[in-house]
Amino acid sequence: MTAFAVAARVQDPELPWLTLADLGILREVEELADRVVVTITPTYSGCPAMGAIRDDLTGALRAAGYGRVEVRTVLTPAWTTDWITPAGREKLTAAGIAPPGPAPRRAAGPVPLTLFAVRPPVPCPRCGAPDSEQIAAFSATACRELRRCPACREPFEHVKEI
Amino acid sequence: MSFDDAYEALTDHDDDARWAYGTGFADPLAGVDTAVPAGADRAALADYCLMLGDDALIMSHRLQQWVTRAPEIEDELAIANIALDLLGQARLLLSRAAVVEDAGRDEDSLAYLREQAGFRNVRLVERTDDDFAHLVARLVVFSSWRLAIFDQLTKSADPVLAAIAEKGTKELTYHREYAAQWVVRLGDGTDISHIRMQDAAEAVSAADLFTPHETELSMAAAGFGVDPASTRTEVERVWAQVLDAAKLQAAPWGGGEPRGAHTPAMADILAELQGVARDNPGGTW
Repeated sequence: MTAFAVAARVQDPELPWLTLADLGILREVEELADRVVVTITPTYSGCPAMGAIRDDLTGALRAAGYGRVEVRTVLTPAWTTDWITPAGREKLTAAGIAPPGPAPRRAAGPVPLTLFAVRPPVPCPRCGAPDSEQIAAFSATACRELRRCPACREPFEHVKEI
Repeated sequence: MSFDDAYEALTDHDDDARWAYGTGFADPLAGVDTAVPAGADRAALADYCLMLGDDALIMSHRLQQWVTRAPEIEDELAIANIALDLLGQARLLLSRAAVVEDAGRDEDSLAYLREQAGFRNVRLVERTDDDFAHLVARLVVFSSWRLAIFDQLTKSADPVLAAIAEKGTKELTYHREYAAQWVVRLGDGTDISHIRMQDAAEAVSAADLFTPHETELSMAAAGFGVDPASTRTEVERVWAQVLDAAKLQAAPWGGGEPRGAHTPAMADILAELQGVARDNPGGTW
């Protein structure tokens, strides 16, 4: 198996239904003569999973026979939920988590404060109802919010657009 | 790592990687190209990184103290997540300061073993909050100011600082929105919530935040940093927008003092923040 294929299959510790490739945090895998160089990017500055991800990548590649593994981190361009792949979005929905919509595009000038913005609808990942209501802006991790479906009444998580 | 059994996951002692607090973590800048730009005034740049890092570290600490005290569990989660974002920014910035100063220190020694006089944060982040209204008012002001600085900092001549800022702007946008919506909800809420929110709006001032320290001025002139005075118009506009929507009134902010001196509260913050590390030299947890 190529080093890329091995790295791409490593799971995210916080969203174990997704691989690092699904999540879009795997930037590049280079097979050099003496080592493999994996480049990843963090989702949030405080994401406590980064250490685990580095360890998991190194472990998986060593187990696949790649002796020397170097994990590099790039901070820019900053990760966006737009990098979650179509397969990743399907897996999120199957796990009962609503995938993110398109990330907001910023106009030039200061970041505007939107107090009463009308947000795009978030369909229920369980029953498919077209929209849902927010219960809390932050869920178990910073990248998710908590919502509730008005049709089936089930609460569910939604990966927020950033 | 198993998530089927929460207790088992918590007691899995072989894996410390998921814990966000403590010492002995992998360097948050591990694998990042941390070369310092040629011609940089290293002492001033390190000092500047400490300023930005300490603002986030102490604000994060004050936010953490709200966990178990917020009105609802949803807000505990929100506050904990905001504190975690700021702690992440602090770790990156303190690590950057350590690389730039090149004096054998790291994020742990900077956070846990520095004396009070070495902390460079603004005094606003040291404040305790009399009630939740004070917290959200302070968080609107702090995150608006930091967002305006980070937005300019994305063009810093230090590529690491620029990258940290690019990531941080997305987080601070969320923080500000969360806090601002609470100010509006409380200000335009019941008679009692309005009175308490009005009191909080009057009690918070950003005046100090716009008064530059000489390091901030020299770093701005060199293209590495941002003169905080340049953020005043934007922060005042956002604050006016929030007050208006919340049906609150507050007097304009006057002049202030640059960062440097601390309030009496800083000693208590450091006693709590540093106690375990100082009692257990070299310990990891």
